[in-house]
Amino acid sequence: MLLISCPWCGAREETEFAYGGDATLKRPDPARADDAQWYGYVYLRANPKGPHDELWYHAAGCRRWLRVTRDTASHAILDTAPVDTSRGKPDSP
Amino acid sequence: MKPQPFRAVSGGAIDRTRTLGFSFDGRRYEGHPGDTLASALIANGIRLVGRSFKYHRPRGILTDGVEEPNALVQLARGDRTEPNTRATQIPLTDGLVAASQNSFPSLTHDLGAAAGLFAGLLPAGFYYKTFMWPEAGWRAYEYLIRRAAGLGRAPRLPDPDHYEHRHAHVDVLVVGGGPAGLAAADAASRAGARVLLVDQDLEFGGRLLAEPARIDGRPAREWVAATVAALAARPATVLLRRATAFGHYDQNLIGIVEQVDDPAGRAPRQRLWKLRARHIVLATGAIERPLGFPDNDRPGVMLASAAQAYVNRFAALPGRRAVVFTNNDGAYAAARDLKRAGIEIAAIVDVRARPDDAVSRITGDAEVSCLGGRAIARVSGRRAVQGVELMQLAGSGARLRGASAHIDCDLVLMSGGWTPSVHLYSQARGKLDYDRRLGTFVPADREHPARSAGACAGRFALADALADGGAAGAAAARAAGFGDGSVPPTPPVEADGEAVPHPLWLMPAPPGRRAKRFVDFQNDVTADDVALAVREGYRSIEHVKRYTTLGMGTDQGKTSNLNGIAAAAAALDRPPGAVGTTTFRTPYTPVTLGAVAGHHVGPALDPLRVTPMDGWHAQAGAKFVNAALWRRAQLYRRAGESELDAVNREALAVRNAAGLVDVSTLGKIDIQGRDAAELLDRVYVNGWRTLAVGRSRYGVMLREDGFVLDDGTTSRLDEQRYFMTTTTANAGRILMHLEHLAQIVWPALDVKLTAVTDHWAALALAGPRARSVLEALRPDFPVDDAGLPYMAWREGRLAGLPARVFRISFSGERAYEIYTPADFGRALWQAAIEAGRPHGLEPYGTEAMGVLRIEKGHFVPGPEADGRTTLDDLGLGRLMSKSKDCIGKAAAQRPALVAPGRKQLVGLLATDPAASIPVGAQLVLDPARPPPNPMVGHVASLCYSPTLERWIALALVRAGRDRIGERLTATAPLLGRRTEVTIVPPVFVDPEGTRVRG
Repeated sequence: MLLISCPWCGAREETEFAYGGDATLKRPDPARADDAQWYGYVYLRANPKGPHDELWYHAAGCRRWLRVTRDTASHAILDTAPVDTSRGKPDSP
Repeated sequence: MKPQPFRAVSGGAIDRTRTLGFSFDGRRYEGHPGDTLASALIANGIRLVGRSFKYHRPRGILTDGVEEPNALVQLARGDRTEPNTRATQIPLTDGLVAASQNSFPSLTHDLGAAAGLFAGLLPAGFYYKTFMWPEAGWRAYEYLIRRAAGLGRAPRLPDPDHYEHRHAHVDVLVVGGGPAGLAAADAASRAGARVLLVDQDLEFGGRLLAEPARIDGRPAREWVAATVAALAARPATVLLRRATAFGHYDQNLIGIVEQVDDPAGRAPRQRLWKLRARHIVLATGAIERPLGFPDNDRPGVMLASAAQAYVNRFAALPGRRAVVFTNNDGAYAAARDLKRAGIEIAAIVDVRARPDDAVSRITGDAEVSCLGGRAIARVSGRRAVQGVELMQLAGSGARLRGASAHIDCDLVLMSGGWTPSVHLYSQARGKLDYDRRLGTFVPADREHPARSAGACAGRFALADALADGGAAGAAAARAAGFGDGSVPPTPPVEADGEAVPHPLWLMPAPPGRRAKRFVDFQNDVTADDVALAVREGYRSIEHVKRYTTLGMGTDQGKTSNLNGIAAAAAALDRPPGAVGTTTFRTPYTPVTLGAVAGHHVGPALDPLRVTPMDGWHAQAGAKFVNAALWRRAQLYRRAGESELDAVNREALAVRNAAGLVDVSTLGKIDIQGRDAAELLDRVYVNGWRTLAVGRSRYGVMLREDGFVLDDGTTSRLDEQRYFMTTTTANAGRILMHLEHLAQIVWPALDVKLTAVTDHWAALALAGPRARSVLEALRPDFPVDDAGLPYMAWREGRLAGLPARVFRISFSGERAYEIYTPADFGRALWQAAIEAGRPHGLEPYGTEAMGVLRIEKGHFVPGPEADGRTTLDDLGLGRLMSKSKDCIGKAAAQRPALVAPGRKQLVGLLATDPAASIPVGAQLVLDPARPPPNPMVGHVASLCYSPTLERWIALALVRAGRDRIGERLTATAPLLGRRTEVTIVPPVFVDPEGTRVRG
């Protein structure tokens, strides 16, 4: 079980979180995107070995989405950061 | 009861002043505190303790510890019985009851042993080869084979004990309480770190309990006691004995299962620790390696180190006259200790040609007969060893030659050097190197991913283990921020030296005779089985393991893996290091399901959510159903009613008068901000900008892949404030979806989301008389059709309680969803029931609610919106706004999602009005057609409609809307049922939709 350092709440067990997949995906602009872009956004995922930027949702905590850099081979968590800092930054937990 | 004929009169760490009675296979015996079940059996002269897994061969105690493959017993009886427990790890208690396993009718006369006669039919991988013809016979053979093979029996009664979980964090975890572990724990705790020391034995000390060493000028046992006492006195140090660190998981999460001793029986039977350690010192020791020779599994063949432990620690004598067979010096020390305890050493047989020096150096006794360059060619005796035959080794151990010499004995000790216990290190993804000198695998990196110290790192000598442990403990503490890494001085020791084996473990078979040389005792795998697997083409050790079942028993091959690898290496003509090991997996020793479950059993298995009206439902005698962690009232049965009667009555009350249902479980989200309407526009398929304050609207959401996600109503509370409801099951998921969009996809939107599901109780009042009931609740706001029209909401007081009333309908009748702060829920419900009584109001449950929605053709996520249905499939294509984008709109326009011939939502009527429609039925054109019979659709939801007085269903049928009036067959082969059905539009009741307004 992973121990994830939520920048808002501190280190919490993986069971408090929900996984949200690749953090680098950008939703295509619906006004301009073609089918290939939508296909890539909805379905295509890289499966990298090593550091991977991914989204985690602190469902049983602050309900913030986090950007977590996790090594997919060792499961080491290299970094966690808030995704949306538009409404303030975390105090040091 | 009999005296203990094989108990030495003095010595050992047992308490002879007290006697404990126990029974084994129904016979009564005695032992002493300090005994394990295994040592007590040995002291009583019990040699035969079990039957093997496959051949039912008689087996005795092989080891003195966790690695025991043979002495697995069924412990206790009745509801506390536990199968496959290792006799070597069970502390003897007064009244203990144990029984042997896998034998019928008795251990000494086991019919299953006939399997041994058919051993030729049971080669490696036999279940892939034999009994495969005729094909139909396999089921019968399998039943018999599975009955014959096997271990203990699982308990059939509920477990009377309880188990608990404990979460903890430490700076330094030390696994193993032998010399290295004690030194490590001492060094780390001296530095000030929080330390947890865990050991699986009854007491700390490891091999120091079994070997006559001296540390710091005193017996090792005294040093152990002093060190443990010092550790126990340090406040931040926790000592766990009878606890096994069974698994290393991500980020230094360690699973530990602790056996809790509580004679009063109130404490948990076991405690599962989920321990986070900042740094780990592994001092897990080593396990002695057996030798492969013919019939090396006979009761009375034992590891030399185990025999040494039995005489030194337990004063239990495993025999009277022993032959010691070894490839290293270690067994000489065991021979010396056995002789000191009064066991005659008939001979030491050494595979090495010139071991003479070891005899006098270690045993100090030149009279012990030492025979070099020889191997055991045969063991005589079936249920107990009676003697051995020796032959000369030739060709560097490749063959046996010369005349055989017989020696009488009742005990054979074998010693093949030591195998470091690298299980936790490997589980933590540490890499292994093959150490040619020690003939075994050792950690390639002694600092990462955990620090390995002492025997588990291949450092077998006592002085090395102590120095290693101290250094590892100090380094781990320093890494955790405690101390400067300086190592306490290592005390002087007097001990036997390390045992370096001569690289010969599998003895050649004697010429002209087939004989079983066991590699894996628990799973009955021989050296020849491994060689056969290689001849049949298996190359990877992982495949050899699975084909032969090598190392796949409950002991996970602790005594067998190395010899199995050696056998495979010989057959493959490759060095063992190139063959490698199989993957070490958790758990190190079996963990009971009770410990895994902890207190999460029975009602505590899942969290239970109840609505504010739950107590009323219970008093009203509701039958409950669990839905998405909620307990909901399913139906309210009256005396004399069947369940179907009750559901019919409740549904008819809604159609003809009024009904009240608890819908507090609906997901509720408060949405605020300047861009709240913009967010709704982007997540719902339909438009929201025109929705006025005071009005409600139905909406459907799609997933980004274009399929239907959820539906519900959202109401505008204020200029910048909306109140969204979701389905009960999707409440959490929709909130997460919206938070994802608001925080990640469109962070620029000014919108805030708050989950208010539990803040509000909700009750739906439905039926032609619903307005009269509402009026009877004395609203302080107008509820007539002008004041509260369809799809509008008003706020005020009902029965004196604050409430919001939304005029929306799920049943198709005039209906009001009434929300009140959760604490008022039960009072308002009670008031509504009373106010409704003169109007014929009935409470109704989820079952009647389902009937009403099926009658109205409303889809729900799950049965109809099953993740493969589009908006148009559900007949709701017209909801999609053409003037704006929304989540899933682009993907919903993909060719396959708009192609003709998709499954569409339709209704079904059984053609025969009296017939029912089978659950889970597939729809076919011609049921008589031989398979494969193309399926044109499937039944999604069905019920008996009390309004129509016949069975109806909602179904998804290919191009269904074009097939209204067609007949299909609903067939459920697993139920053996089929019914002819007619396709009809999905709305069965009031298709014009006049009743919601009327």
